[in-house]
Amino acid sequence: MRTAPVLNQHDESSRTAQRGARRSAQAAQGYGLATPYLLLLPAIVVYACFMLFPLGRAVQLSLYDWNGLTVGVWAGFDNYLRLATDGELRAAFGHALVLIVFYCVIPIVLGLIIAAILNRAKVKGLGFFRTIYFLPQVIALVVAATAWRSIWGLDGSLNAVLKAIGLGGLAQDWLGSYTLALPAVGVIGTWLEIGLVMVLLLAGMGRIPHELYEAARLDGAGAVREFFSVTLPSVRGEIAVAATLTIVAALKNFDLVYMTTHGGPGGTTSVPSYEVYNQAFMVKQVGLASAIGVTLTLLIFIINLIVNRVADKVTS
Amino acid sequence: MKNKVKLAVLVGLAASLAACSAPGAGNTPSQTDTAPGAVVTDAASMGDVTLTLWDSEVLSGQSAQFTELLEGFQAKYTNITIDRVAQGFTDMKVTLPMALSDENPPDVVQANNGRNDMGAFVAAGQLTDLQPYADAYGWIDRYPETVLKNSMYTADGKTFGEGNLYGLSQMGELVGIYYNKEKLAALGLETPATWDDFVSALAAAKAAGETPIMHGDSEGWPAGQLLGLLLGQTAPADQLITLGMGNPGSSWNKPDTLAGVTLLDDWIKAGYFNDGVNGLTDEAVATQFAEGTGVFYIAGSWQVNLLQGIAGDKLGFIAPPSSSAGTVGNTLGGASQPYAIPVKAQHKDAAALFIDYITSPEAMQVLVDTGNIPVYDAESLVTGDDLLAQASTAFGEVTTQGQLLPYLDWSTPTFGEDAMTPRLQDLFAQKISPQGVIDAFESNYADSAGA
Repeated sequence: MRTAPVLNQHDESSRTAQRGARRSAQAAQGYGLATPYLLLLPAIVVYACFMLFPLGRAVQLSLYDWNGLTVGVWAGFDNYLRLATDGELRAAFGHALVLIVFYCVIPIVLGLIIAAILNRAKVKGLGFFRTIYFLPQVIALVVAATAWRSIWGLDGSLNAVLKAIGLGGLAQDWLGSYTLALPAVGVIGTWLEIGLVMVLLLAGMGRIPHELYEAARLDGAGAVREFFSVTLPSVRGEIAVAATLTIVAALKNFDLVYMTTHGGPGGTTSVPSYEVYNQAFMVKQVGLASAIGVTLTLLIFIINLIVNRVADKVTS
Repeated sequence: MKNKVKLAVLVGLAASLAACSAPGAGNTPSQTDTAPGAVVTDAASMGDVTLTLWDSEVLSGQSAQFTELLEGFQAKYTNITIDRVAQGFTDMKVTLPMALSDENPPDVVQANNGRNDMGAFVAAGQLTDLQPYADAYGWIDRYPETVLKNSMYTADGKTFGEGNLYGLSQMGELVGIYYNKEKLAALGLETPATWDDFVSALAAAKAAGETPIMHGDSEGWPAGQLLGLLLGQTAPADQLITLGMGNPGSSWNKPDTLAGVTLLDDWIKAGYFNDGVNGLTDEAVATQFAEGTGVFYIAGSWQVNLLQGIAGDKLGFIAPPSSSAGTVGNTLGGASQPYAIPVKAQHKDAAALFIDYITSPEAMQVLVDTGNIPVYDAESLVTGDDLLAQASTAFGEVTTQGQLLPYLDWSTPTFGEDAMTPRLQDLFAQKISPQGVIDAFESNYADSAGA
């Protein structure tokens, strides 16, 4: 009890001394307190002009009833209310959540397996496999979507294969089906993201010290035990990064839906980003489009906050 | 805590950065913009002018006629230089509203018909009333009335189909029936002369194991045109014009409109369409049809070039026949996207001179020579018996004997995306009743027209 204040005093005085030292160091190097902020200023100005201003403007627009041409009418929270009550718009958000399974969950599970195999087996020509799995990320999405259209089509290659192996009964119009169109779009997402996830995980696994595996093997661990005890815990950080990137991609999905289904049939594949485009440019309800955009931004923010919180907790 | 403060600062900064006046407040045209000046039609007195032109004549046949006319105009009026900006239909739909809101818009723009596009621009006071120019150049006599109505609105944009003239079109178009000559002959049938002939031909085709009608509706609008053609048979033209133009005073919920939707439903139930309608694009089925699948294909005359390119002279085109032989029924159609002059355009007189040139009788001949349907005098200008000639004849017949009907999605700004596309896809999937479709259409129409 008696020594504590003394310690505190000492602490305080040493901190002041440090601060003084830093100040004099700054003086010696010829910059003042404001200098770091001045150096940051150009970046902040650019960020404010191209990110913060549009964001604020979108929030403002979402509170108006505006067709983009005439003077907007103040609508308060009507657009958000419409979003909450309109079944078809709510469904679009539901579809985006379904797409997270295809864009994030399945690619991470499959990516982990493939990466673990490639890493453990020390496959010859690893660079080759890395390249072909990563290729979908490099191809323009419009091109990929057009190619997938002809796979899913009624006369497409998938149906041709099904017929060839005697499963002609399963052949159908995949993108025109009310139940299968959304999963069909999702599978394209899986194909798209799996390479990215795998490359991220491979990089993480490459950094695991070899001694850990040796130790595990000496303890009699097999391949599966090794995976769960050594590999998986070591790449949690990479999984969090992969989850963040793929979830954002799932929620932002526009081009795939635009190119394959236009949100149809009967609105069963419409997603928030497609609705933003549709409402703003096709239907000219800019206020509602902004409200969807703002809600989508918040949703992406919240989901990723949760993902990163969980990952942080698990890692520490 | 710290993060929350940071977030609050960011949001506050973002909100304060955004301008706080109502969106679009700066766009309202002032009185000086709208005041009509004295009309000048003499090119020489206009001085040296650079005319900015925004158009979407980028498809092959249309591009050919437009380039030829541009060159002709430049050669004739050497003091006017044209600065052309060409972009596709969808791009134009997105960029044109922004260009019109600009202080310095193009001088001539090609604006899509309907309440979602031209109607919205008129309501926003962004287009020039062309009536003074129409009087000076004699445009009213040039055009069939049924075509001209498609670009007429009252000044407040509320009533569509009457009032001031805001644009002129070059090419005619209509939704009609393409047929495969060989298959029809193999079924032992003539080209349908009456609507009943057509309906029994469908049944005969089905009985013979053929696909009666090829259709692809993944984009949503093709089924609207198909239904429009059927409605032309079951409902009176004036009712369909009021509904299609979104003017108050009518209702979808009537026996004759229900009869049109029910007819489509019957045909779906009878298996008159190919498999996978909801997953196929219009272009995909057009190609399949041209390559020999299916007996009929109901689509717009703009598909003539594509179909003729693949099938040569194996296909024919007719306007939907009416109940009595020798006369045509009403069908959807009108004119290609009209050319308009923005209110804030710098060179309105030169712009009007240009519009006059590309819609003149000489220009109509250029259109025919380059494989397009001229918007007037189609029957007399087009010779020969190819698919284009048949489509031109059909267009001429409907404009003189019958009525061109507005496309269903012109009705309200949201009709196409919110009602027509999803509900007709539902109908093809048999997930909705004809009355359900009518209810959805009526609710969209009533919300907008205040009926």
